[in-house]
Amino acid sequence: MRRNHLMTVTLSLMTMAFLYLPLIGVAVFSVNDARRGLVWKGFTLKWYYKLFENEWILEAAWNTLVLALVSTVIATILGTILAIGMDRFPWGKRTSGFLDTILHIPVVIPDIILAAALVVAFGLLRVVSSVFEPGLINMIIGHITFQLAFVALVVRSRLVAIGREVEEAARDLFASNWYLLRKVMLPLLMPGIIAGGMLAFTLSLDDFVISFFTAGPESQTLPLFIFAAVRRGVTPQIHALSTLVMLITVVLVVVTERFTRRKETA
Amino acid sequence: MSNALLSWYGELTTRRNLLKRGASLLLPGMLWLMLFLVLPGLVLVVVSFATRGAYGQLEWTFTVENYQRLAGFSVFGWTSDYLVILWRSVVVAFVTTLISVVLSYPLCFYIAARSERSRYMWLTLVIIPFWTNMVIRAYAWFLILAPEMPFAKIAAFFGFIPAGAPLYPNAFAVYLGMVSMFLPFVTLPLYASVERIDWALVEAAQDLYASPVRVFTQAILPQTMPGLSVGIILTFVPAMGMFVVPDLLGGAKYMLVGNLIQQQFGASRDWPFGAAISMGLMVLTMIGLHIYRRKGKEIEYV
Repeated sequence: MRRNHLMTVTLSLMTMAFLYLPLIGVAVFSVNDARRGLVWKGFTLKWYYKLFENEWILEAAWNTLVLALVSTVIATILGTILAIGMDRFPWGKRTSGFLDTILHIPVVIPDIILAAALVVAFGLLRVVSSVFEPGLINMIIGHITFQLAFVALVVRSRLVAIGREVEEAARDLFASNWYLLRKVMLPLLMPGIIAGGMLAFTLSLDDFVISFFTAGPESQTLPLFIFAAVRRGVTPQIHALSTLVMLITVVLVVVTERFTRRKETA
Repeated sequence: MSNALLSWYGELTTRRNLLKRGASLLLPGMLWLMLFLVLPGLVLVVVSFATRGAYGQLEWTFTVENYQRLAGFSVFGWTSDYLVILWRSVVVAFVTTLISVVLSYPLCFYIAARSERSRYMWLTLVIIPFWTNMVIRAYAWFLILAPEMPFAKIAAFFGFIPAGAPLYPNAFAVYLGMVSMFLPFVTLPLYASVERIDWALVEAAQDLYASPVRVFTQAILPQTMPGLSVGIILTFVPAMGMFVVPDLLGGAKYMLVGNLIQQQFGASRDWPFGAAISMGLMVLTMIGLHIYRRKGKEIEYV
C-alpha cells in the first residue's frame, strides 16, 4: 500500500479538525450546565428536556417533518414517472436535449435565484388564489421543484443501469403495459427510487434558502427557528436543538450509506 | 410514416402510440417544472424591468432603471457600491473554491491510502458535514470565534480586534465559514478521481526527476480532472449565491450578492431591483458554467 507523506497526514487531520471543531463545540456546550458564557460548569441534559417543553420548537419540528415527508413523497412519484418518460421512449435529439436542460436548471443555479423567482411568482398568483399566501403549501411547492429534478436524475441513471433486456423479455411474453410497469420495472427500479427519495428527504431537511423566502408566520421550520434565534443571541438550548438535528443527519447519512453500499455489492 | 408498425424493445406498436404514451408520462413532471420553475424564472426576468411602487408594490411601467442602479447609476451620480458587492462575491467564491481544492487534495490522498474499512469511515466523516444544515454549521463558528476562546484572545493580543470582542463578524469569519461549508463539495467528487489514479505514472515521473510541481501538474492533475471540475462547479456556483454565511458571520461589514438579494425581498421590499440583482447573479453563474462546459465533462451527483 502507498504510504502517505507526513505533511499529507498532518494537513488532512487538520482539515478534518477544521470541519469538526465547530460541530463538536456545539455538542459539548449543549450539555454544559451554564446559562451564559463558555465556562464548563458540569454535565446536564436539562437543555434537551427544555426543548420538549418549548411549544415553538415542537411546532417547528412538526413543520419540518411534514414539509420533508409531503414534498419527498410527491417529488419521488413525479420524478420517477418523469425519468421513465424521458428514458424509455424514442425522443428526438432536440426534445431530449430540451428536457435535459430543464431538468438540470434546479441543480446548477444558485438556490437563491429559484427562491427569488418563487417569491415573485407566488406574489402574483396570490391575486388568483389565497393558496399562495406565504406558508407551508408554498414551501412544499418550492421543495418539490428542486427535489423533483434530483430524483429524476437518480432514477434515470438507474434506468440506464438496469438496461432493457428484462423488459424486452416481458414484452415477448405478452406482458401488458401496466403489468410490465408493476411487476418488472418498479421492482428493478426500487433501489434507485429509494435512493432518490432519501436524497430528496435530506435535501429538504438541509434546505434553508427556499424555506426562508417562502415561509409564512405560521410555518417556522427548525432551520428557520435556529437562524432567527441565533440572531437574538446564542443559548444552550439552541446548541441542544442543533445537536439533535446533527444527530438525525448522522443517522440518515449512515443509513443511506449502508443502503447504497449493499446495493453495489448485491 | 408515423403510422408504420415498428418493434420497440419487444413491443409491436406505432411511433405515434409510443410517443403519446411517453408524453403522458412526461406530462405531470414537466408541467410541474414549467409551472414552478420555468414560468417563475420568466416572470423574474419581466419583473426585473418593472418599477417599484411607493409602498413596495409592483408597477408595470417598464424601465431599465433597476439594471442602471445595479451598475451604480442613480440620481445622485455613480457609486461603485453594488458592483463592489458583485465583484466581492466572485472573489469570495473563487478564493473559497481555491482553498477547498488545496485542502481537498491531501485529504483525498490520505483517505485513498487507508485500508478499505477505514476508507469508508473517513468518507462518511466527510459526508456528514456535507449534509448537516448550513445554518447550524455557520452558527457553530460563533462558539469557536467567541471572545473566551483562544483564537479571539490571540487576535486581540496582536491588536486585530479589541480585547473581549468575538472574531466575527468580518471577512475572515466569512472565509472560515465558506471554506468549511464547501470543502466537502470538492473533496467528495475529487476523491472519486483520486481513488482511480494510476500511481505508476506518478512514480515514473518521479523516477525521471520531475520536480514535485511537475509531478502534480503533469501526472496527478490530468488524472483527477473529472472529479476536480465537478467539485469546482459544485462549489463555485452555490458559493456565489450564498447568503447564510455572510449574513451570520459577515454582518453588514461584508455583504455578498446573496444578502443584497435577500434585502430586496425582505426589508426593502423592492422586488424589481431584487429581480435585477438575481439576473446579475444568473449571468455570473452562466459565465462560470460556460467555462466549465467547455471542458465537456458530465456532472456526477453525490
